[in-house]
Amino acid sequence: MRRLVLLLALLLASPSAWAVTVEKVVSAKGIEAWLVQDHSNPIIAMEVSFKGGAANDPAPKAGLASMAAALLDEGAGPYDSQTFQQILEDKVISLGFSAARDGFAGHLKTLTENRDLAFDLFRLALAQPRFDKEPVERIRSQLLAGLLRESQDPNAQASRQWFQAAFPSHPYANPPRGSVETVKTIQGADLRAFAKAQLSLDRLVVAVVGDITPEQLAALLDSSFAGLPARSTLPAIPDKSAEPPPGITVLPKGNPQTAALFGSRGILRNDPDWYAAYVMNYILGGGGFSSRLTEEVREKRGLAYSVYSYLMPYAHAGLIIGGVATENSRFSESVRLIKEEFRRMRDDGPTEKELADAKTYLNGSFPLQQESTSAVAGLLVQIQVDRLGIDFLDRRKELIEAVSLEDVKRAARRLLDPDALSIVAVGKPAGL
Amino acid sequence: MTTFPRFCTLLLGLSLLAAAPAQARVFDPETFTLANGMQVVVIANHRVPIVSHMVWYKVGAADEEPGKSGLAHLLEHLMFKGTPSIPPGEFSKIVARNGGRDNAFTTADYTGYYQNVAADRLELVMKMEADRMKNLVLDEANFRTELAVVREERRSRTDSNPAALLYEQMEAALYLNSPYHRPVIGWDSEIAALSLDDALAFYRRWYAPNNAILVIAGDVTAASIRPLAEKYYGTLERADTPPRQRTQEPPAHAERRVTLKDGRVAEPSWTRLYLAPSLGAGKRELAYPLEVLADLVGGGATSRLYRSLVVDKGVAAAADAAYDPTALGETSFRLSVVPRPGVPLDKLEAVIDQELARILKDGFSAEEIERAKSRLKASAAYGRDSLHTGAQTFGEALTCGVSVDEVEAWPERIAAVTPELVAAAAKAVFEPKASVTGLLLPDANAPKDSRSRAPLPSAFTKGVH
Repeated sequence: MRRLVLLLALLLASPSAWAVTVEKVVSAKGIEAWLVQDHSNPIIAMEVSFKGGAANDPAPKAGLASMAAALLDEGAGPYDSQTFQQILEDKVISLGFSAARDGFAGHLKTLTENRDLAFDLFRLALAQPRFDKEPVERIRSQLLAGLLRESQDPNAQASRQWFQAAFPSHPYANPPRGSVETVKTIQGADLRAFAKAQLSLDRLVVAVVGDITPEQLAALLDSSFAGLPARSTLPAIPDKSAEPPPGITVLPKGNPQTAALFGSRGILRNDPDWYAAYVMNYILGGGGFSSRLTEEVREKRGLAYSVYSYLMPYAHAGLIIGGVATENSRFSESVRLIKEEFRRMRDDGPTEKELADAKTYLNGSFPLQQESTSAVAGLLVQIQVDRLGIDFLDRRKELIEAVSLEDVKRAARRLLDPDALSIVAVGKPAGL
Repeated sequence: MTTFPRFCTLLLGLSLLAAAPAQARVFDPETFTLANGMQVVVIANHRVPIVSHMVWYKVGAADEEPGKSGLAHLLEHLMFKGTPSIPPGEFSKIVARNGGRDNAFTTADYTGYYQNVAADRLELVMKMEADRMKNLVLDEANFRTELAVVREERRSRTDSNPAALLYEQMEAALYLNSPYHRPVIGWDSEIAALSLDDALAFYRRWYAPNNAILVIAGDVTAASIRPLAEKYYGTLERADTPPRQRTQEPPAHAERRVTLKDGRVAEPSWTRLYLAPSLGAGKRELAYPLEVLADLVGGGATSRLYRSLVVDKGVAAAADAAYDPTALGETSFRLSVVPRPGVPLDKLEAVIDQELARILKDGFSAEEIERAKSRLKASAAYGRDSLHTGAQTFGEALTCGVSVDEVEAWPERIAAVTPELVAAAAKAVFEPKASVTGLLLPDANAPKDSRSRAPLPSAFTKGVH
């Protein structure tokens, strides 16, 4: 029974290294982008991010960045909304924007034959959005409908409550997509002011992957971005240590199951203990069927379909967050087990074998993320946002290999405290 | 261990087919068949040294006996419980220890298992996947635990989600005789009554090389795959697998309405399902025209329903149409509309029906149809950018009786769609008697739960680690 497993263990050499060449392209006007050339398909993907995002929304206008994101491709320059969309559809250009707490992202994907047109539409969307009345009211109705739909979702409900309690008097308390009340108040003038203040060159990072040369890209960087303001006028977001209240908050809901979000203070991305904490979380609750939480809650006892934890390194606050959903009558058993696993990891740390398995997975699986041009471009943007350096892809493996058992134990002692866990439970849990 | 309920599969299928390249050859796979009848499809993609290894079984929830709903999906979960060589629960851990990711999925027509790994780990996962095709070992204890997991899965996906509950009721009402009227995840009372013997009997009946398809996409060639496939899968004995039954739908005589009022609902919505032919059943010749019709009616921001309801009349916040031709039995054509806040559903429905009547009366112009066709064909160029698109497309097609050649001919099939065929497709499918209209409504009389106002933060994505 064990023989095959032993045999398999011998095969665990590290998977073949994945090599892409990341080039830094700097245009004549000084705009920088990271490029991976890939001429195997006639496709170009660009991902960009502006630092800032929903955390800059004034509290009474929460949802402003998200609303602006939904409107930039709804009419720009000489084109009204339907004309702009018709060009995108006819040329099969994928162009859109999205806002998160710390960033405002732009996405572009085009066939090579429509390259110049695609970049020009991207330029117009950033620099000359129209915010015409019809699309503003239409998008508002979509955002309101989306907020109502999300209010039916127990996980979304738990999340909102969790952040509101954890970040008193900090913008992270505000939901990035706002609330029904705040979205109703956003005006065309707010949207125009947002675009002007947020979409500036000092906040921009760019990554491009696909069928394009550095020379072609340099020219397009200037034509696409050089018209944006050089500097943003926005104030900086303050750093903040999260203050999630320990214990359980129950939001009653007539579901047969209780869905919960749990979490506590975590760690920032640039913390020296980051990789130790990252490996620790993989073993605790990040590793799917290889994680302790899944083993104890799902595999041994059938208490949940999904139970997990992850590190959430916001720009100004680090968190460790998790989730679980269990039928109402057995929910308290899941909570007890999760706390017990937090305690066990804090007190004893992982085993040598768990550490070795975690490293093999975290290094071996990394190339699997790179399955399309957009995925690689997204990765390159994140590396720039996190300031990890253009050689990060070459160094990542060693950063993970260097994590020792003592490092993981230290990170566990520092981060995990079962009694500090802040739990928001949505449902009708029994026996709490 | 994911279910794709039929709802999701429909959306997925459409986008995948819409993502096939425009050249004469789409994914350009190499195929061969092992002596025991197992078909092999290899799609080379040498950009990154990774592979996606998938085994698809030609069995799904629609192949369950009446009274045993949920069995195909439960067995999918149980397939991770071990063999004489792999201890219970170790399968996914071994894949992870080799830097890979694995999962599985079940729909009405197929069940699939996959591992994404570095190319040099392919042989390992082939060996393990072939092993569990023949040698699954289950005991009462791990059966009971997994049954509890599946019931929690149903509570998460369906019972805690009024929109999913309504959709389940709509499908049950649409399909009068087809096994598609059962939810893939199963009715809870029937899941609870499933036994270990049921699972083992289903496994022995359907899991065999002659009833499976191997799809491998990535940094490989057919020449390198053939000896491995013969070594691991070719040595498995074929079985006497029964033919699959998809009972025919009788003529429909009555338009159906399903209303779900629930205190948990905050956002009303309107959905309609029409019974529709697929590539496997009914008026098959209308399948490709229906794909074009779905794009014209509700495929994007300039489609007929979106333009009319959302932009011009301002009565809806969203409107779309979905149709996936890849199914063994007759399938559905779906319209989904979300009203703008304050617009009652009966007023909304009247406007939708006006729009449908206009489509039936006036059709679409030749220019509109040409634009839709060229959009669909051009979008196909993106198909080869992703490692998984081709693998997923062939797995779905081959388990639903659609051949490799038919998938590869997709651009020509779309090119051959005429305005007359689109009109015929609209006439055939927009038949009120063969439809179910579903209304999701808040229940003003229900006890008030604490109502949240919050979305899940979109920033809930992990960075680069």
